[in-house]
Amino acid sequence: MASNIATRPSLIEASGRRQRRRRTSSLFVGLTAAATVLALVPLLLIISYVVVQGFQALSIDFFTQTFKPVTIGTASTGSGGVLHAIVGSLLIVSVALAMAVPIGVMAGIYLSEYPGTSASNVIRFSTDVLTAMPSIVVGVVAYVLIVQRANQFSAVAGSIALMVLMVPVVTRTTEEILRLVPGAVREAAIALGVPKWRFTLNVVIPMGLSGIVTGILLAFARAMGETAPLLVTVLGNNNLTWDIFGPMQALPLIAYRYTEQPFAVLNQQAWGAALILVTIVLAANVLVRLATRRTTRSR
Amino acid sequence: MTATVSTPNTVPDALPDDRAHLRLRDLAPYYGAKLAVRPVTLDIPRNRITAIIGPSGTGKSTLIRSLNRLHETIPGARATGSAFLLDEDIYDPRVDPAQVRRRIGMVFQQPNPLRGRTIAGNVAMGLDLEGSSRADRERIVEEALTRAALFDEVKDRLDKPAVSLSGGQQQRLCIARTLAMRPDVILMDEPCSALDPIATLRIEDLMRELARDVTIVIVTHNMQQAARVSDQTVFITLGDDGSGEVVEVGPTEQIFTVPADPRTEQYITGRVG
Repeated sequence: MASNIATRPSLIEASGRRQRRRRTSSLFVGLTAAATVLALVPLLLIISYVVVQGFQALSIDFFTQTFKPVTIGTASTGSGGVLHAIVGSLLIVSVALAMAVPIGVMAGIYLSEYPGTSASNVIRFSTDVLTAMPSIVVGVVAYVLIVQRANQFSAVAGSIALMVLMVPVVTRTTEEILRLVPGAVREAAIALGVPKWRFTLNVVIPMGLSGIVTGILLAFARAMGETAPLLVTVLGNNNLTWDIFGPMQALPLIAYRYTEQPFAVLNQQAWGAALILVTIVLAANVLVRLATRRTTRSR
Repeated sequence: MTATVSTPNTVPDALPDDRAHLRLRDLAPYYGAKLAVRPVTLDIPRNRITAIIGPSGTGKSTLIRSLNRLHETIPGARATGSAFLLDEDIYDPRVDPAQVRRRIGMVFQQPNPLRGRTIAGNVAMGLDLEGSSRADRERIVEEALTRAALFDEVKDRLDKPAVSLSGGQQQRLCIARTLAMRPDVILMDEPCSALDPIATLRIEDLMRELARDVTIVIVTHNMQQAARVSDQTVFITLGDDGSGEVVEVGPTEQIFTVPADPRTEQYITGRVG
């Protein structure tokens, strides 16, 4: 209204009144910043402690040798390495990934392309429940259904348990990213008379590819660090083995079991295994950043 | 601009075929249980431009989207009745909707080229998605762009991203993309409402040009546009029951000069809507 223009305070006056608001504002900015620092401190402490402790375990033997029984002579120097656990972890998780990616990606495509059906509602609900499932429960189920029946601890039983944990992660990230493909793009393709499957395969999936890769990497990172389901399925093994139908060693198991050992050299190796795990998880997250930053390729 | 504004309602003397190209018979689109437009029966003449006009929310877009079975892709949406493309009912249960959409193309309100695809890639989108690796892809792209009056403007940058074009150019690109599929009928759902007046006139000229060999149905909010470009006008308004209702169909000149229904006259003269 033009009528009260004369009664308005000057800009400088008005700015002066803002002082208190500005102080309150900076107070809250300071509080949120402090909370952020507080949240980051444990992360930095964990990473730096693992790096410092784990670094001392690293040696050529550590990466190239398998377990050597600790004897009086070797107790304080070097004794063996964790090659068998590195190979084991990669094998177990790779097999799990090979099973989880097709299932998860296809389920995610189904959820995003046929969102309203009762089947998709059931799948979405189950996926959410599965996401929150304690991993030991999945491990025990795998133990009862696979290990007990086969009367054999095996890497593949561990892979199946990990797969169950990975599928929901892959499914939901795939679904979320594919849903971001705009409706106008879908209609454009439908209106051209393109069959739905062709359009999904050639337009929707390429547009969401970086997101799908992100989901796979996140699932991979989660599975690498899982310990509980492996305890009751792959058991552990002191020798290097490629037989996925037998017991196998894995990095999280080393980190867990060697910590309990009375030998300093094994404790050291547990830290080394932890360092490898942290490095892999960090690397996966960096890759996720790179994958999501890259825009869709043009053609 | 070299193109001249075409005079309204110029009907070619010799008609290639005067049979109705699309015949709607009691076509009634629904959203779930709600009737969107009361059963429509009308003929859309071949190689002519038919405009659907009427106030907002009366089901113009819903009706036009029922003509290529795009309406039913919305969850819960369906249509009853028939729409004959020449002699075949597009709603025949044996008919694949994708095949209907091949023959009856569509241009949308917002230009929607595929981001991340080049200009040529957008024109050939339908061919590429079909999985055909046609040797004559390049020729089809050029032909479609030429028919869409865009080729001269983009011929030196066919491999540049489509989003580098202006809004009006993007809309002509979308028309070229539709033309590349060689449709018999093109549906246009308010194709100019996101464009400035000059870009709008270019599209209108293009429509008159295209009507030489395709049948065009256009939904528009712009009565002047309907008067300028169309040969036949369909007026649709909201019935008492909240469903759209086709009030009057006739030659554009007649609808705009001597409408038969008082509701049409009220809308045309700007007293309603």
